[in-house]
Amino acid sequence: MRYSRPGLDRLTHVILVLGVLVFGLPVWLALTASTHSAGALQSGVAPLWFGDEGLANYWQLLSEPISGLGVSALRLLLNSLIMALGIAVGKIAISLLAAYAIVFFRFPCRTLCFWLIFVTLMLPIEVRIVPTYSVVARFGLIDTYAGMILPLIASATATFLLRQSFMSLPQELIEAARLDGAGPMRFLKDFVIPLSRTNLAALFVIMFLYGWNQYLWPLLAANSPEHATAVISLKNFVQATDTLPPWQLATAMAVLTILPPVAVIIAFQRFFVRGLTDLDK
Amino acid sequence: MRFNRLLSALILATAPLATPVYAATTITWWHAMEGVLGDKVNEIADAFNASQDQYVVKPVYKGSYSDNLTATIAAFRANKAPAITQVFEVGTATMMSAKGAIYPVHELMQDTDTPFDPNAFLPAVKSYYTSADGHMLSMPFNSSTPVLYYNKDAFKKAGIDAPPKTWSELGDDARTLVERGASECGLTTAWPSWTQLENFSAINDLPFATKANGFNGTDTRLVFNQQPETVAHIQQLADWQKTHAFEYGGRGDDGTKRFQSGRCAMLTTSSASQAGIKDASAGNFEFAIAPMPFDQDAISQPKNSIIGGASLWVMKGQRDEVYKGVARFLNFVASPEVQADWASFTGYVPITTAAFERLKQQGFYDKTPGADVAINQLTRGTPNDNGRGLRLGNMPQIRNIIADALENAFNGRDSVPEALDNAAKRGNAQLTQFQQSVGQ
Amino acid sequence: MTVFERHRLTPWLLLAPQLVIVVLFFFWPAFASLRQAFYVQDAFGLGERFVGLANFERVLATAEYWRAAGVTLIFSIAVAAGAMGLALLFAVLADRVLRGSKLYRVLLTWPYAVAPAVAGLLWLFMFDPVLGVLSHGLALIGVHWNVHLDPTQALLLVVIASVWQQMSYNFVFFLAGLQMIPASLLEAAAIDGAGPFKRFATITLPLLSPTAFFLLVMNTVYVLFETFATIDNTTLSGPGGATRTLVYKLYEDGFVARDLGSSSAQSVLLMALVGLLTVVQFRYIERQVQY
Repeated sequence: MRYSRPGLDRLTHVILVLGVLVFGLPVWLALTASTHSAGALQSGVAPLWFGDEGLANYWQLLSEPISGLGVSALRLLLNSLIMALGIAVGKIAISLLAAYAIVFFRFPCRTLCFWLIFVTLMLPIEVRIVPTYSVVARFGLIDTYAGMILPLIASATATFLLRQSFMSLPQELIEAARLDGAGPMRFLKDFVIPLSRTNLAALFVIMFLYGWNQYLWPLLAANSPEHATAVISLKNFVQATDTLPPWQLATAMAVLTILPPVAVIIAFQRFFVRGLTDLDK
Repeated sequence: MRFNRLLSALILATAPLATPVYAATTITWWHAMEGVLGDKVNEIADAFNASQDQYVVKPVYKGSYSDNLTATIAAFRANKAPAITQVFEVGTATMMSAKGAIYPVHELMQDTDTPFDPNAFLPAVKSYYTSADGHMLSMPFNSSTPVLYYNKDAFKKAGIDAPPKTWSELGDDARTLVERGASECGLTTAWPSWTQLENFSAINDLPFATKANGFNGTDTRLVFNQQPETVAHIQQLADWQKTHAFEYGGRGDDGTKRFQSGRCAMLTTSSASQAGIKDASAGNFEFAIAPMPFDQDAISQPKNSIIGGASLWVMKGQRDEVYKGVARFLNFVASPEVQADWASFTGYVPITTAAFERLKQQGFYDKTPGADVAINQLTRGTPNDNGRGLRLGNMPQIRNIIADALENAFNGRDSVPEALDNAAKRGNAQLTQFQQSVGQ
Repeated sequence: MTVFERHRLTPWLLLAPQLVIVVLFFFWPAFASLRQAFYVQDAFGLGERFVGLANFERVLATAEYWRAAGVTLIFSIAVAAGAMGLALLFAVLADRVLRGSKLYRVLLTWPYAVAPAVAGLLWLFMFDPVLGVLSHGLALIGVHWNVHLDPTQALLLVVIASVWQQMSYNFVFFLAGLQMIPASLLEAAAIDGAGPFKRFATITLPLLSPTAFFLLVMNTVYVLFETFATIDNTTLSGPGGATRTLVYKLYEDGFVARDLGSSSAQSVLLMALVGLLTVVQFRYIERQVQY
């Protein structure tokens, strides 16, 4: 279908490469700045090429407690990982069961239940953050991983997406299962989950990114550095009152923070694209 | 609803996993000291913990001052407040009005039979945290005041011998600096509301708000927009802005960078910035510190400036045993040894006379030229109604409103009187709302 | 679709975890917000007073609220136009190339994985008055970059950081949309003598319009909520409120001014707005599914 036009083709590549470069620039600059010393950075414009510190700034972040925080970047990244995995796995688990109930069972108040869950679809935690904190604190969950995770899985996105996905399962297979006389658990285990594997993987990728990148809620819910995440720790570097921000460490921390989600998006490109386009509507 | 209760119980069951157990009584201290200041805070706590074995003070960094206040309030509402929290000076009115939430320091000291002398503190510090009936409600910790930093190399290049004493001298110097190419910009500032309005008012003996800037009642209203000298001061900054004699550097401390990079030759900011500025400008240029200029049309002898920084508040809801430890720890924090060390390391002013004397004896002020500018400026004369400080509810938000107004005036969206009138109007709505919310 | 009709307890057991979490961590706090909108309360929650609709009147009567609404609208339009325009351009080009299409896709989608807070930090660094590459570049062509003072530059900064983030999201959708257009349609048009630009205007663009509409809603939701972290790391709503969005104002009134009544009233107004967007989007989804 695509007609070769040498001139147009070349222009296409030029624009695409330009786009890739422009979009990569912010991270490139962070990468180069993170290999310089504090002194080298403060004496002029941010360098476009690597400095002579090598990975020393990274090593400092990962091996020593960060000034003012008291924990190393390793701990922050681990906390982010726990939170992101907790949100991804927790959300998928509860949503899978709920969507399964809504699609394959008939029971009173089914529509009501669906709407109760559906209402939460697009209302983010930001608009109800003060009362949410009180509720979480009442259960004694402030400064615990559970407290950081639970309010963020209280939304219907995944349920709704899985409902869509279940509803589009081939009718013949459902008939086959019915003839087979499979019970609810076997039907879920042997038919629904295997058939939705791609969608579940896609959902996992999207939810992992969502969990990893949370900002306002972990800031409030993680009361001690022992539970702080990588994303919220960045504030510690740039909000330097009365001192210059240590940009060599701030940029190194930024690179460490974006590395895992970017790796996930690249490694699971197929699931990611599918996750967004097939499910996020 | 049995099933709901069951699930609540299930969730509750996971809670103990997060509650650590200590042999000694733990005292939680939430603070907003980041970076090296945070390390110093940990050092103070470690020293106290090592000095006895009954109590363990656990400092927790909670982000900016505003973040920490937010977290403290949210935690209090959920019965999870820390024993001690650090609140910036503009949060004082909010804390003072929360009578059911705070444990006033003078009461704590009395209840625990801990010796405590409010007169040990510098008058300008003490008055800021003292209630109308003369009781100290919080423990001063880190106090600073704005001073003028100037680039000695640029001054020399422009042929100026001494730092300006008045705003009109400063205006001349700034123009000279730019015209002679000694620097790209004359003056910049950090924390503009604090340096250019709040402290301008105090130093020149002008009211910022009625009722002695709020010290005599929550029915206070902003009046800075009605002082011709204050309006004229902002107007001259707006005029200088056009020729780069002044460059606005943002509502926070980003202006500091314009000075550190050598772009602007003068900066008004906190005395506590000295160490940071020294680090950043090392090798680039020499700088020195001078008192804030005054307005000779308003006053012939400048009054004291007012403080910034924060104090430590004790929160209700802890066991008696904890409060005994808190009293002991606060006493430790205010001791001359700790304060002298803290002040010499950070550039904050020593908050007690004893700490000041100790630093003098150690020869700190001889070794560190300019370090005494702040404390001299803060302690000149006796604070009067315009100089005790500000006790205004919702003050953090009023500062944002003032910053909005200054930005709109400096970028020409509004005229200066318009901008300041609008800020006073919006600010007064905040004061009304605060007055209502605390039920007075 | 129903398969199991005779199970009474099973569906409830399956639904229980989701329902309990939603009730405890969504409805309970949301109703607390709703209730708070009709009360005035001090910051520490030591006392409160019922005030009816006074909080709503107070919010809607202030010029700042409407300015924030205006900023949010302009911000949304700018991000939608910028991010969708660039995304469409890159998607059409990436769809065209024979070699390296997959590589381009990877290289243009990864910014989606960057947290808005980090995006803010990265752009803050590039525009830093001392170190910033871009602020120095601009100085060379005579532009004095000062986001602390210039409202247009400040808005531009947060728009650029948001477009950078959001372009990849739109790109994925446009590319998927392009790949679903039947080749036969385009071939038929080509046989009829339509050039590449004509084919794009008459076939591709109309077929992409449902995707574009969907993305418009999603970009608006992004600007409403996600850009909070970007603004909080760059302009802090300044200068003079030039980058203060509705959510930022809600946050300031709730967490800086601690005016719970006003911020709760703003929460309720925002919930209504998002509810409206959800309904619009839901109708769109239902229509899509029927195809």
